[in-house]
Amino acid sequence: MFGSITAFGMGLAVIGAGIGIGQIGGKAMEAIARQPEAVGDIRANMILMAALVEGVALIAIVVSFLSNAQ
Amino acid sequence: MRQYVLTLLLASMFALVSFGQEHNGEQSHDENATEETHHEEACGEHGKEPFNPGATAFHHISDQNIYNIGPFHFPLPCILYSPEQGWSVFSSGVFHADAHGNGHYAMDRYVLVEGRVRRVVADDFPMGKVELEGHPFFKKVEQKDGKPIELAHVCYGGSQYAADNPSTADGGLFGGGVTSFYDFSITKNVVTMFLVFFLMAWLFITVANAYKKRDGMAPKGIQSFIEPIFLFIQDEVAKPFLGHKWERFTPFLMSLFFFILGLNLFGQIPFLGGSNVTGNLAVTMVLAIITFFVVNFHGNKHYWEHIFWMPGVPAWVKTILTPVEFLGLFIKPMTLMLRLFANITAGHMVVIIFVGLIFLFGKSGELAGASYGTAVGSTLLTMFMMSIELLVAFIQAFVFTILTASYIGAATEEAHH
Repeated sequence: MFGSITAFGMGLAVIGAGIGIGQIGGKAMEAIARQPEAVGDIRANMILMAALVEGVALIAIVVSFLSNAQ
Repeated sequence: MRQYVLTLLLASMFALVSFGQEHNGEQSHDENATEETHHEEACGEHGKEPFNPGATAFHHISDQNIYNIGPFHFPLPCILYSPEQGWSVFSSGVFHADAHGNGHYAMDRYVLVEGRVRRVVADDFPMGKVELEGHPFFKKVEQKDGKPIELAHVCYGGSQYAADNPSTADGGLFGGGVTSFYDFSITKNVVTMFLVFFLMAWLFITVANAYKKRDGMAPKGIQSFIEPIFLFIQDEVAKPFLGHKWERFTPFLMSLFFFILGLNLFGQIPFLGGSNVTGNLAVTMVLAIITFFVVNFHGNKHYWEHIFWMPGVPAWVKTILTPVEFLGLFIKPMTLMLRLFANITAGHMVVIIFVGLIFLFGKSGELAGASYGTAVGSTLLTMFMMSIELLVAFIQAFVFTILTASYIGAATEEAHH
């Protein structure tokens, strides 16, 4: 027994969220470098966007948990 | 009128919190074969159990019926209801719990296993206070409605009795569901919520009085700690997302932010109960349901129009968009619930696993050198993790608040096309 296939699903979801949050963070850093005076607005929006991307990954993780429990 | 209905709804939501149970069992039933050999153990034998990090972590993050500060145990009131025997109200001190939260006595067929009250279902088990025998409990995987579920067993009078887990509000999704009794006790999480509530009330009444007394003067003492945080939420969250209606929703957003932040930070204090309130699915569910009602009670015509009949798109697209938007109504609070729960639970678990490494590598104290070596490493790792968790406590409270503000903002936005 090497665990279940749902672990793959969790891994894929995390890869997707990782790419997404990486893009958001990278672009935000670029934006801050271009316009350091807008750092407050950019940071707040960055966290909001990262939270939205994270939400999709969390749903995938919970779905794989649920299918694992049955 | 609408406000009264809302207040009543929110009040009834909090009654759900007492279902704040963790899903026991299930997680670890197939993790190790050592549990398998453990069942065969007869009553009264004290076998030395191998260290199980998964089970230890789940035990430590779950809600409990006793409150421990360092080595001291404080009994909490148990309020239990079973359809068969009615209400039972007593202190959890009657169980005489040991250091692991396992009770050595049973009261009215209720036993304390790993800090949680469970109920013995057998009819031949005596009522009243009786002493359990030998090893106070062991876990055994049983089939229940076609699903394997891990139940605690206790020994009395030379025979084994299975003990039911408390009912949970998850309807069996996470391995819980309705069992033979309901636990409405003032548990560790409820006590922590009360503590944080009184702390917040004291803090904000003090600060509010200071503003009255020192009108027009610079903030002083605790005022200067609260003011920047308060202004940050007001200026960065409430005003940009809510437009000219920000004053109306600011009290709700502030309550959410400071309640979640207080609970997150309280859970970070070592040895003070180690409470994991915002890492409990029931608590975050209630917070998310409150947000759901606040958003949808204040939704205007345009908000509902955009959900059920999106203007400006062809009819065949509407048939796809409407179900998606309708599901989005429920997915938004669900992600709020899961995000807070997952982040806080993961933080607590990582800390426990790092501490557990000492016992894993040191073979529960048999290898002294390995224990000491790992202890140094895992203490450093735990300190690093705790400082990250401090950041996460702020970020998650902020994210919950900013998302709530953006949902309210979207629901109350005036038409501009």
